Amino acid sequence: MADATAPAAPVTTSAHGGSPELQHQFDTVDQQREASSFGMWVFLVTEILFFGGLFLAYTVYRHTYSQAFAEASRHLDITLGTFNTAVLIVSSLTMALAVFSAATGRRKAIVVFLLATMALGAVFLGVKAVEYSHKFHDHLVPGPSFHFPGPDARPAEIFFSLYFTMTGLHAVHMVVGIGLLTALVLQARKGRYTPEYHTPVEVCGLYWHFVDIVWIFLFPLLYLIGRHIH
Amino acid sequence: MKETFPLFPQRASTLAGQVDALYFYLIAVSVLFTLLIAIAIIYFAIKYRRRSESELPRGVEGSLTLEIAWSVIPLLIALSFFFWGASIFFAINRPPNDALEVSVVGKQWMWKFQHADGQREINELHVPVGRPVRLTMASEDTIHSFYVPAFRVKRDVLPGRISTMWFEATRTGRFHLFCAEYCGTKHSGMIGWVEVMDPVDFQAWLAGGSGSESLASAGSKLFAQHACNTCHRSDSLARGPNLEGLFGKPVALQDGRTVTADETYIRESIVMPNAKIVAGFQPIMPTFQGLISEEGLLQLVAYVKSLSKAAPSPGGVVPPVAAPGAGQPFTPGPQPPRERTQPPAERNR
Amino acid sequence: MSAVTVPPTTEPVAPPRVHYLNSRYGLKSWLLTRDHKRIALLYLASVTVFFFIGGLFALLIRLELLTPAGDLVQSETYNKLFTMHGIVMIFFFLIPSIPAVLGNFFIPMMIGARDLAFPRLNLLSWYIFVVGGLFTLWAVVHGGVDTGWTFYTPYSTTYSNSYVVVTAIGIFITGFSSILTGLNFIVTVHTMRAPGLTWFRLPLFVWSHYATSLIMVLGTPVVAVTILMVGVERLFHLGIFDPKLGGDPILFQHLFWFYSHPAVYIMVLPSMGVVSEIVTTFSRKNIFGYKFVAFASIAIAVLGFLVWGHHMFVSGQSVYAGMIFSILSFLVAIPSAVKVFNWTATMYKGSISYRTPMLYAFGFIGLFTIGGLTGLFLATLGVDVHVTDTYFIVAHFHYIMVGGAIMGYMGGIHYWWPKISGKLYPEGWARFAALVIFVGFNLTFFPQFVLGYLGMPRRYHAYPEEFQVLNVMSTAGASILGIGYLLPLIYLFWSMRYGKAAPANPWGSTGLEWDTPSPPPTENFAVTPVVRGEPYHYSHEEVEIVG
Repeated sequence: MADATAPAAPVTTSAHGGSPELQHQFDTVDQQREASSFGMWVFLVTEILFFGGLFLAYTVYRHTYSQAFAEASRHLDITLGTFNTAVLIVSSLTMALAVFSAATGRRKAIVVFLLATMALGAVFLGVKAVEYSHKFHDHLVPGPSFHFPGPDARPAEIFFSLYFTMTGLHAVHMVVGIGLLTALVLQARKGRYTPEYHTPVEVCGLYWHFVDIVWIFLFPLLYLIGRHIH
Repeated sequence: MKETFPLFPQRASTLAGQVDALYFYLIAVSVLFTLLIAIAIIYFAIKYRRRSESELPRGVEGSLTLEIAWSVIPLLIALSFFFWGASIFFAINRPPNDALEVSVVGKQWMWKFQHADGQREINELHVPVGRPVRLTMASEDTIHSFYVPAFRVKRDVLPGRISTMWFEATRTGRFHLFCAEYCGTKHSGMIGWVEVMDPVDFQAWLAGGSGSESLASAGSKLFAQHACNTCHRSDSLARGPNLEGLFGKPVALQDGRTVTADETYIRESIVMPNAKIVAGFQPIMPTFQGLISEEGLLQLVAYVKSLSKAAPSPGGVVPPVAAPGAGQPFTPGPQPPRERTQPPAERNR
Repeated sequence: MSAVTVPPTTEPVAPPRVHYLNSRYGLKSWLLTRDHKRIALLYLASVTVFFFIGGLFALLIRLELLTPAGDLVQSETYNKLFTMHGIVMIFFFLIPSIPAVLGNFFIPMMIGARDLAFPRLNLLSWYIFVVGGLFTLWAVVHGGVDTGWTFYTPYSTTYSNSYVVVTAIGIFITGFSSILTGLNFIVTVHTMRAPGLTWFRLPLFVWSHYATSLIMVLGTPVVAVTILMVGVERLFHLGIFDPKLGGDPILFQHLFWFYSHPAVYIMVLPSMGVVSEIVTTFSRKNIFGYKFVAFASIAIAVLGFLVWGHHMFVSGQSVYAGMIFSILSFLVAIPSAVKVFNWTATMYKGSISYRTPMLYAFGFIGLFTIGGLTGLFLATLGVDVHVTDTYFIVAHFHYIMVGGAIMGYMGGIHYWWPKISGKLYPEGWARFAALVIFVGFNLTFFPQFVLGYLGMPRRYHAYPEEFQVLNVMSTAGASILGIGYLLPLIYLFWSMRYGKAAPANPWGSTGLEWDTPSPPPTENFAVTPVVRGEPYHYSHEEVEIVG
C-alpha cells in the first residue's frame, strides 16, 4: 500500500523550511498547532476524570450524610470563598486577553496580561492559605485534633477531608498554572510569540480556564450547600 | 473424610448441587469452544502449511454472515449462563424465613460466633444438618470474607455495616471455614471449621453451654443499660421511634427518602444516629460509636429483631425446632460427653 | 500494505550505514534522546528489569507454597511478596510493556511518521516511569508493602504497618507516565498519519493501541486520585474511606476497579494488536473481517469501563447491581470472541509458517481462549460466589495476563527483533523457548483452576494439606516457566552481537515498518511514504522472501 518513491511525497525530511518553530516530526505548522491543542484537550479530559473520582466520592457521601454535610459547610467562610471566586473569574478574563494579545501580535500586552493573571492566581492562593489557617485554628482539620460540635462530628470529618483534598488538589493545579505562566512570560518578553506562532499561550490558556472551571464547581458544592437550610 | 488428593470439593449444602450443575455446564461449553478453536488452528496450520517460500495464497474476503453468527451464538450462550447464574444468586441472597440465627464477628484474625440462645464459639461453628442457618456478620477491623467451600457460599464481612448470608447443610461432618478476603498478616490463619451435626446432637450440644444468655436478651440488657428505653418507647413520652414491629418495615425519613429497617440500618442508627433521621423526630440521639462493641451491636440488632417476631418472646429465644423431616421432638437429654473446643469466654488476641 | 520497491533497502547493506542505533554514541545520547525508537529501548531495558524482579517474587511465592506449612518465609514476608509481585508486574511490567516498548517503536513507523507528536513528552514519560519505579523499589528494599496490589481499605489506610504511602506515591507517579503515553499515541494517530493512510487502512496494531490509549487516558486518572485518597488518609488522617467516620470501604472498591478492570484491557489489547500483525504475516493473508477486529478493540475499551462491579459480587453491593454488572461482563466477552474467531479464520487457505512469533500467536489464541472462557465463570453470578477470591481467580487472570499479554509481548519482541536490533534471533532456540514457556505456563496455572474450585483461597501463606499435590505441580511448572523466560533474555542478547544481520523485511510482511532498513534510520523513512491501499494486502504483490 505504500509507495515510497511516489513523486507526490509532499515533504522530505530535510526540507523543513518555513517557521523555525516547526519541530522535525511535523510537516506543517498547522499540523503542529492542531496536535498541540488537541493534546491539551485530551489532557483536560484526563483531568476531568482525575477530579471526577473526588466528585463521585463527594456525591456519595453528600447523599448519605446530607444533614452533616450541610452543617459542616456552614463552617466555611463564604465571604472569602465568594471573593476568591470573583478573583478567579477575573483571572480567566485576563488570561483570555493574553491569548487575544498574542493572536493580534501585541507583544507588550501579552506580558502585562500574563502577569496580571499570575497576580490574581497568587491572590487566590493567599486567600486560600488564610482560610486553611482559620480551619487549623478552629480544629476543623481532620485528624486527632479534629473537633466539631454536635452529633455529626464523624461525617463532618469526612466533609472536611474532602474539602481539604479537593481544594488542596485544586491549589496544586493553580501552582502548576502559575509556573507555566512564568515560563510563558519569560518567552513572551523575548518576543517569541507572534500571531503565526503562539500555541503555548493558547494551550496554557486552556489549562488555566479548566482550573477556574473546577473551582466554579467546587465553590457551590463545598460552600453553598447548607445555606438554604435554616 | 479427608482425601489426600481431592480434585473436587465436598458437596454439603442445598446450594452446592445447583452451583455444581451450572459449573459443569460452563465447563462443557468451555471445553467445546476451546476444542473448536484448537482443532481449527491445528487443522489450518497443517493443511495450509507453507510448502514453498514463494507461495502466495489468494486473499479471502470477510463474511458478514459468519461475523454475525459468531457474535450472536456466543451471546445467546452467554445469556443462558447469565439467567441460570442469576437465579442461583437470588437463591443465595434470599434466606428462608425459618432460619436459625447466628451472629458472626470477624476480627484480625479469628471468627467469633454467638448462637441465638447465647452459645459462643471461636473459629468453630456448630450447626444442625437440614436446617437453614442465617449468619448476621460484622467486622471489628478490616474486611474479611466468610467462606465455606463445601457449601459454595461466600460473603464479605465489612466494618461499618452488617452483611448476611445463609446456607443449609445437607450432610454431617467437619467442613473448612476460610477467610477469603485478605485481612493482614495472619490472613491464612483465620480459618476454622463448620461442624454439621445431627439435630439431636446439636440440641444436646447447645444445651451443654454454661449459662450464656440468648442474643436477644443480652441485647435487651444492653438496651436498658444504655437507657435506650427512655426515648424508644411505645407511650406518649417517646422521643425516639418505637422499635416494636420495626424490623424489616419501610421507614420514612425526614428528607423524604424511605429506607428498609434492615440490620445495617439499625446498626447505623446506633453508631451514626444523624445519618438518617426518621420523619417526625428531632436529631437528638447521641452516638454510641466506641461505647458498644460489634458483638454488642449484633445483640442489640437481635433484640430489635425480636421485637418484631409475631409472638414476641421476651428473651427472643428461638423456639426449639427439630430438623424438618427428622420428626423428633426436642428432648433436653443428658449432655453427651462432647468436647467443647473453645471456652465460652472471649479470648483476646 | 506492501509494495516495497525501494531498491537499496531490500538486501542487507554494507556496514557503515547510519541508523538510529549508531547515529550517536554515549550515555547522554540515550538519556536525552527524543527518538521514539531509542525511548522504546529505554523502556525495554527498564521493563525487563522489573519483569525479572517481579518474577523473582513469583518464584519465592511458589517455593513457599511447595509445602502446606508456612515454613520458608514468615507470613509478613509472604504477604509482601505477593503484594510486590502484583504491583511490579502490573504497574511496572504489564501496563507499560507492549505500549511503551513496541507501541512506542512501531506506531510512528506504521503510520509513516518521523516520530510521535510530542517526543519530549515521550522522554518525560520514561523519566516519570523510572522515578515511580524508584519510589516503589525504595519501598521494596526498605521492607515492602503488604496490602495486596488492590490496596483495599481500611486495611491499607489503617491497619497495615508497611510502606503503603511510598508505594502509593510510586504508583501515582507511574500513572502519569501511562497517561502521557496514551495522550501521545492518541494525538499521533489523529494528526500524523501519512498521506493516504485513512483510519480503515491503519494496521490493527495501531487500532488496538488507540483503544488502549483511550483506557489509559480515561481510567488512569481515576485510580491515581483513588490512590491519592488512600495516601492522604494514611498521611494526614483525612478520612474519606474510614468506616469509623462513617466512610465506605466499598466506595474505594468501586473507584479502584473503575480503573483496574479496564487496566486488564490495557494489558491485553496491545497483545491482540500484536497477534493480528503476526497471524497475517505468517499466513501471508489479509485479516479476516478487518473492521470487526478493529471495532472489537474499541468495543472492548468502551464496555471494559462498564463492568468493574463484577469484582464485588460478594462484597455487599445490591443484588440488582450484581445482575447489571454480570450481564455487561458477558457483553464484553463477545468482541474478544469475535477477535479469536477472526484470527482463526485468517489462517484459512493461508500459507502458514511456523516461525517463533507464530508459535507465540498460537499460544496466545489458545491460552487467551481459556482465560476468556473462565472469565465467563466469574461473570456468572452463582458460580462467582464460590470461586471469587480463590485460586480460580488467580489462574484466570494469569491465563489472561501471562498466557495472553506476555505471550503477545514475547511474540512481538521476536517478530520485530530484526527491525529493532538489525539482527536475526536464533530460530531453533527461540522455538524451543516458546515451547518451554507454553508447557511451563500450563503446568503452573492449570492446576490452580482445580485448586480454586476446591476452595483454596488466594493470598494464603499456609494451606490445608489436601491442597498440596496441586500446589507442587504448580511450583514445578513455575520453575519450567522461569527457565523459559530466561532463554530469550540470553539468546536475544547473544544475537545483538553474534546474530546474522537482518534484511529490511525478513518475513515478507506488508507492514509499513518493514518498508525501511533494519535497523531504521533516525528519521524512519527517507521519504514520507504515501499509502495507496488496504493493509495486509498480500495477494497482489510480489513478496520478498528471506530465509
